[in-house]
Amino acid sequence: MLGAYLPIIVLVVVAAMFGLVSVTMSSLIGPKKPSALKLSPYESGCEPVGTARERFSVKFYLIAMLFILFDIEAVFLYPWAVVFKSFINAGAGAFIFGEMLVFIVILFVGYIYVWKKGALEWE
Amino acid sequence: MLEYVWLIPLFPLLGAVFNGLLGKKIKNEAVIGGIATLMIFCSFLVSCGILMQLIGLPAEERVFEKVVFPWIHSGNFKADMAFLVDPLSAIMIMVVTGVGSLIHLYSIGYMHGEEGFYRYFSYLNLFAMSMLLLVLGGNMLVMFIGWEGVGLCSYLLIGYYFHKKSAGDAAKKAFVMNRVGDFGFLIGLFTLYWWLGSNHNVWTINFTEIKAASSLLPYGGVVTIATLCFFVGATGKSAQIPLYTWLPDAMEGPTPVSALIHAATMVTAGVYMIGRMSFVFVKAPDTMMVIAIVGAATAIFAATIGTAQNDIKRVLAYSTVSQLGFMFLAMGVGAFTAGVFHLMTHAFFKACLFLGSGSVIHAMHHALHHAHSHDDPQDMRNMGGLRKAMPITFITFLVSTIAIAGIPGFSGFFSKDEILWQAFANPFHGGLNIFLWGTGAIAACFTAFYMFRLVFMTFFGECRITAKSKDHLHESPLVITIPLMVLGFLAVFGGYVGMPKLLGMLPNYFEHWLEPVFATAQGYAQTYVHAGAHHSHALEWGLMGLSVVIAVIGIAIAYILYIASPSIPARFTATFPALHRAVYNKWYIDELYDFLFINPCKALGSFLWKGFDVLVIDGIVDGVAKVVMGLSGMLKNLQSGYVHNYALSMALGVVVIIAFYIFR
Amino acid sequence: METLAMPAINFAAIMPETILSAVAMALLLVNVFVRSEQKAYLGYLSLIGILVTFFPIVAGWNAPVELQSGFNGAVLQDNFSLFFKGIFLVSAALSILISDQYMQREGCNHGELYPLILLATAGMMLMASGTDLMVIFLGLELLSVALYVLAGFNRDKLKSNEAGLKYFLLGAFSTGFLLYGMALTFGATGTTKIAGIAAYVAANPMITGNQMFLVGMLLMGVGFSFKIAAAPFHMWTPDVYEGAPTPMTAFMSVGPKAAGFAAFLRVFMIALPAYKPEWSALLWVLAVLTMTVGNITALFQQDIKRMLAYSSIAHAGYVLVGFVAGNAVGTAGIMFYMLSYAFMNIGAFAIILLVGRKGEPNNNVADYAGFGFKHPLLGLAMSIFLFSLAGIPPAAGFIGKFYIFSGAIQAGYIWLAIIGVLNSAASVYYYLRVMVFMYMKDPVEEFDWLKVTPAHALCLLVAVAGVLIPGIVPGYLLELAQKAVFF
Repeated sequence: MLGAYLPIIVLVVVAAMFGLVSVTMSSLIGPKKPSALKLSPYESGCEPVGTARERFSVKFYLIAMLFILFDIEAVFLYPWAVVFKSFINAGAGAFIFGEMLVFIVILFVGYIYVWKKGALEWE
Repeated sequence: MLEYVWLIPLFPLLGAVFNGLLGKKIKNEAVIGGIATLMIFCSFLVSCGILMQLIGLPAEERVFEKVVFPWIHSGNFKADMAFLVDPLSAIMIMVVTGVGSLIHLYSIGYMHGEEGFYRYFSYLNLFAMSMLLLVLGGNMLVMFIGWEGVGLCSYLLIGYYFHKKSAGDAAKKAFVMNRVGDFGFLIGLFTLYWWLGSNHNVWTINFTEIKAASSLLPYGGVVTIATLCFFVGATGKSAQIPLYTWLPDAMEGPTPVSALIHAATMVTAGVYMIGRMSFVFVKAPDTMMVIAIVGAATAIFAATIGTAQNDIKRVLAYSTVSQLGFMFLAMGVGAFTAGVFHLMTHAFFKACLFLGSGSVIHAMHHALHHAHSHDDPQDMRNMGGLRKAMPITFITFLVSTIAIAGIPGFSGFFSKDEILWQAFANPFHGGLNIFLWGTGAIAACFTAFYMFRLVFMTFFGECRITAKSKDHLHESPLVITIPLMVLGFLAVFGGYVGMPKLLGMLPNYFEHWLEPVFATAQGYAQTYVHAGAHHSHALEWGLMGLSVVIAVIGIAIAYILYIASPSIPARFTATFPALHRAVYNKWYIDELYDFLFINPCKALGSFLWKGFDVLVIDGIVDGVAKVVMGLSGMLKNLQSGYVHNYALSMALGVVVIIAFYIFR
Repeated sequence: METLAMPAINFAAIMPETILSAVAMALLLVNVFVRSEQKAYLGYLSLIGILVTFFPIVAGWNAPVELQSGFNGAVLQDNFSLFFKGIFLVSAALSILISDQYMQREGCNHGELYPLILLATAGMMLMASGTDLMVIFLGLELLSVALYVLAGFNRDKLKSNEAGLKYFLLGAFSTGFLLYGMALTFGATGTTKIAGIAAYVAANPMITGNQMFLVGMLLMGVGFSFKIAAAPFHMWTPDVYEGAPTPMTAFMSVGPKAAGFAAFLRVFMIALPAYKPEWSALLWVLAVLTMTVGNITALFQQDIKRMLAYSSIAHAGYVLVGFVAGNAVGTAGIMFYMLSYAFMNIGAFAIILLVGRKGEPNNNVADYAGFGFKHPLLGLAMSIFLFSLAGIPPAAGFIGKFYIFSGAIQAGYIWLAIIGVLNSAASVYYYLRVMVFMYMKDPVEEFDWLKVTPAHALCLLVAVAGVLIPGIVPGYLLELAQKAVFF
């Protein structure tokens, strides 16, 4: 029973070994000649100013969330389109089309709401 | 019409709710009193319709059960809000709504100007509702609700003048004594329910079903226990020995209340209940004997006390106790019809007497008030000669007094004579019968005496109040005298529906009417018929004549003592001071109870309070409370407000649950 | 190309949910297109929607089974679910009636409130009629997401935000348990259909020894226990109830709890009767813990909303007693109780809402001093609700408790019933404490800010009637509940 999981364990071990071994080896056998330039955070970039943990405007989140919502809903169209033909064969094409229309309408209601509410306006 | 039986208790309930909620704002006495009276009168009309329909049915079909709504169903236990209409409850609703309507009407006049007028009518309607529930209840639980309800309303109405300490005390006394009785009722109910259920799998508290199953009940034994418990309930409600002392004190309430609750209706609930369950009581000969003896003893005992009271309402209160004793005597000798008959006639003449006394007190109060006198308006020693000032009150009062005294031709005679005859001729008690009859007859003699003493002292002779007050004595207004006249009429002619067969002038409608109700009980009674139980008509005639003679003797003595030579009573009191004191102080029964029950209870209570309660119980209770409060504080602290703590508690809960089930 | 077998679809089975969702979406659009400061009209429109929804519910009562079941047996609109749907609609309607006044006062008068309530109600309905674990989960999520928003609806108030966030975090946490339990159950039995699980277990009795199945059952129990706020998964309740807008507290103390019980009952009694010894033992402990923790903590509360939050925990405990009994009497008792609880609890919250001022600075029990004299009718109504909560006749709360405990006694759980009655007795203390303040203390306030709108009066009237009528005439309602029990 547990034997089935052996390849996974082997994989985990190999992956862990690979990381460990490459880091250890490079620090052991690589040459070390430090200079000011080499020790800077970005060897060929600008010096960072201030903290990296900046607070983004909440508007970004709003847009991002709306994107995810509509994106995921839209993804649902793909499997539907794939099996649509077999529904037609089963004689339920109109029904299944209607179902999708209802779905789109619901989505559309949400879209109109978001729009009228002003969530899509940046200012 | 039968279908609408639920309207009967509903009308007064509506009236009670209406006046209770809005009466304070309305303030208009005519509206408040009018609505209350109208409501009970509507019930009366419905009751009339039901009675008519019952009369139209053949005798054996006169039982109708109406389930208004299903109520409590739990396993074997089933109790619906059900009403039972049969000849017995039909009579009761007629009496309650009929006499009730008249007394409501009377109250409008009598309570005029009282503070809390709306409160009075709300309670009175509520009482009518409870009483109707009691008599219409199709099972013991509905009856018990009514039973408790009338007790509550009686408490509220006795304590109507709650600013008076005596009224508050009287109300408490009535309530506590009724509670003792109610406890008996409940135990009886449980016993019967449990016995029938566990032995015969008849789990029921429904009257018709119990009646159908009553053949399963044994004679004596458990039935004796159950019926004795029921009888304890009846003694509390109907003021019998030993639980009668609350009724005279209940006179602290307004007089119409005394008429309705403490004379005509509520106090007869015990009699009604025995009648309703006659088929159970008959199966317990020992209980029947106890009832008969208690009834007879109460009848004579209360009558003796009545002879020495000077407060007009107190005389009537003891008279009520005594008359209730007669009814119980009737029940105890198996003369259920006679008992219920007396219940009805008594409702007429005693309501009339109480209302009449109310009219007298009303007039006296006004007269004394105008003269700025502080004499007691209820004390008969202040009255006298009122017949000229108050003719209608006088005539109706006199007629009712003749009825209660048992003079032929008046209602009380027919019912009382029937009871006395049955006490003599019943098949239950053998050699005891002669004593029961004798006690009853002597009590009847006392009744005639004290009632005529009352009439003579109040209405005859010279007026004993000051001349100034006398000018202000007036007959009461129509709203008071009309009920008096109606009741006076009934007090005379109400008895003709139940004329003894012996007189043969009219058929005994009343007995025929109730026959189907008590048929089962009469069937069981056949078991007791003993040799020589047959009595001749001559004997019956003789006893009837004797009871008339007895009544006349009582009246004659009263006449001699209070009209012909009024000095005798004073001399009598002087000769037998101890006897008079004892009778005047009601045989010291209240003091005896104080000594026997109240003081020991107080002492025990005091000991339990100081020694046991404060130290042990309070210690435990406070300790438990402290522990609980401490626990509460601890649990409160667990509620830290941090989400991670809450999540931790959930996670811990999950871990504990799963670990327990995995590793158990 | 292969042909697909069309599932048996029956829209009648989800008619109430459909109506509510459609109305909710329509209202959402109305709200953004009609620019009005007054939002009360949305409330009235949603009430019309709720009234319309009553029709399919009444019409579906006692319908033949082929009309009840739909979507290949994923939903079943039987009497059981119809009864619960009635409870949900009642609680939604009563909460909507008291919302407008509060929202205006607190300055969070946003029209989204009403669509959210309707959507939450639709979610509850799905939970009650779902016969597939996935549908139940779907309903639960629809309900929960709407409720998270409703709890934090007063977004300018810190406490309300806190309530919404806490509810969301802990709700998501508990949803994880529930879903994990469903997954394990699916793994053990190969189906998510409730009937299918029962059939599988019947065919393979040995499966009950499978620890995966056992843990699945336990985790589902935990998930539902969170929803009904059973100890020790109750900790969110007081904070959320205290912080949420009062009408929403009223709503979420009743509807979601009933929905949780509906799903809980159906899953455990129909899908998992094989585990009855296990789950009834578990619920026995949870019931005792819940009643005791709820009541004892409530004793100490000064804030009346928190007090009622703990009281609602305790009530979940009483209802669990009926669940443990697992017989028809107990289950009918649960349904009776949940309906009367809707009336009495929302009624009590309606009064609390009235007494509170803007920002609700006076939600203390002591702030009720003399309330009964200043407003006799409102005081009377509050007393009726408190009596009912305490389980004193003739209020409906007494009858409900009576049947729940008698169900437990009939099933042989005497001790559980005794503990329940003791708890109920202890609870009288904190309910009557409010009445002591109302009637036995001298008024400190004039309560002159208090104004009863017609909608509010209607809510109170319905609530009083809903407490008193089944309390005095329990027979009819009980008969309905008995017909609604699925065994």
